[in-house]
Amino acid sequence: MISVLDLFSIAAIAGGCFFYLAGTVGLLRFPDAYTRLHALTKADNLGLALVVIGLLPQMSGLLAAAKLVLVWLLVLLSSAAVAQLIARSARRQGGGQ
Amino acid sequence: MTTVVGAVIVALLLWLALWTVVARDAFLAVAGFVVYGLLLSLVWVRLAGIDVALTEAAIGGGLTGALLLGAVGRLRGTEAATAAERPGPGLRALAALLALAVTAALMLAVLSLPDPAPTLAPLVVPNLQSTGVGNPITGVLLAFRALDTLLEAIVLVIGLIGVWSLAPDHAWGGRPGLRYQADPDGILAYLARVLPPIGIVIGLYLFWAGADHPGGKFQSATILAAMWMLVQMAGLSDTPRSDSGWLRLGIVVGPLAFVAVGVFGIPAAGAFLAYPEGWAKPLILLIEVALLPTLVLVLALLMNGPPSRHGDAR
Repeated sequence: MISVLDLFSIAAIAGGCFFYLAGTVGLLRFPDAYTRLHALTKADNLGLALVVIGLLPQMSGLLAAAKLVLVWLLVLLSSAAVAQLIARSARRQGGGQ
Repeated sequence: MTTVVGAVIVALLLWLALWTVVARDAFLAVAGFVVYGLLLSLVWVRLAGIDVALTEAAIGGGLTGALLLGAVGRLRGTEAATAAERPGPGLRALAALLALAVTAALMLAVLSLPDPAPTLAPLVVPNLQSTGVGNPITGVLLAFRALDTLLEAIVLVIGLIGVWSLAPDHAWGGRPGLRYQADPDGILAYLARVLPPIGIVIGLYLFWAGADHPGGKFQSATILAAMWMLVQMAGLSDTPRSDSGWLRLGIVVGPLAFVAVGVFGIPAAGAFLAYPEGWAKPLILLIEVALLPTLVLVLALLMNGPPSRHGDAR
């Protein structure tokens, strides 16, 4: 017996997995550091967002759900900042090859 | 389904371990090691060892990885020379044989373990309530096996003394590590302003939750030390001088308090590190609170390395 919420979770998490896959394909296929960073940070953050949204209805309480959202926000903050730092260091070394 | 996931993780772990060993470039080997640590913590989660998983992710992957990265940075200049002198085939074969022998011996030891494995867990569970803490890991670490934890804390302090003693004479007592320069309006400075307040709350939460849930001083101290390192690396604050009295007091306060509690146990409960009836919880809390600054300072200062700058010279 699958409820509407479960269906929603499955759809959102499957969508998240698709974006993770797309990000990984981009990481492997794109030609230089900047485009690879672009693929990783954009696609993976969207993937994580979808996975978190999909998991929210499955959490046992409001506090657990809030922790999940906090994890997502922290990953968002750190991956955005680290992508900037890696890109800057790639530019300093020249070309991002 | 879960068996498939488990098998995939194990295969990935073995492949990653092999890759880390054969990687020619030291930086790549460290990168492989960090990923290996994160994957290993996933294995611990699957084995329901959340405490171990947290420690593995924080110390095994995070802190050890960062320390190794620092070592790679220092070895950069000599790496090409080291790679050029390849040992002879005989020596390499001998090393491979030794490594395989150790692996085989470990595998045999694991396979010949009695089933069920010898365990003291059934003894711990009924006696846990006498310690006043709900998390069995914390109970074991700070009541039943407190001596191990005490020695661990002392070993960490001795490790830091070892690192500091590598300082050149003229830098002794100076500030450890580099003075980091970063763009004050850059993204690193921004991160170092936004993240630490959140990180400090999460670190203290893990510390407090350790009494009844997975967590504890080690995981908490790693996060707090990381926040401190972030602030340093963004150039927002400098490392304190290594001859500062406050710094040294903070480093030794944990082991000192631990030993004091242990000695207090001799007249009060009849043995070193024994807790008198009803006093277990407050004494454990006292030890944990005293150990926290020690761990934060030692972990962060290990990252900084030996004192290298005197005075305020940059």
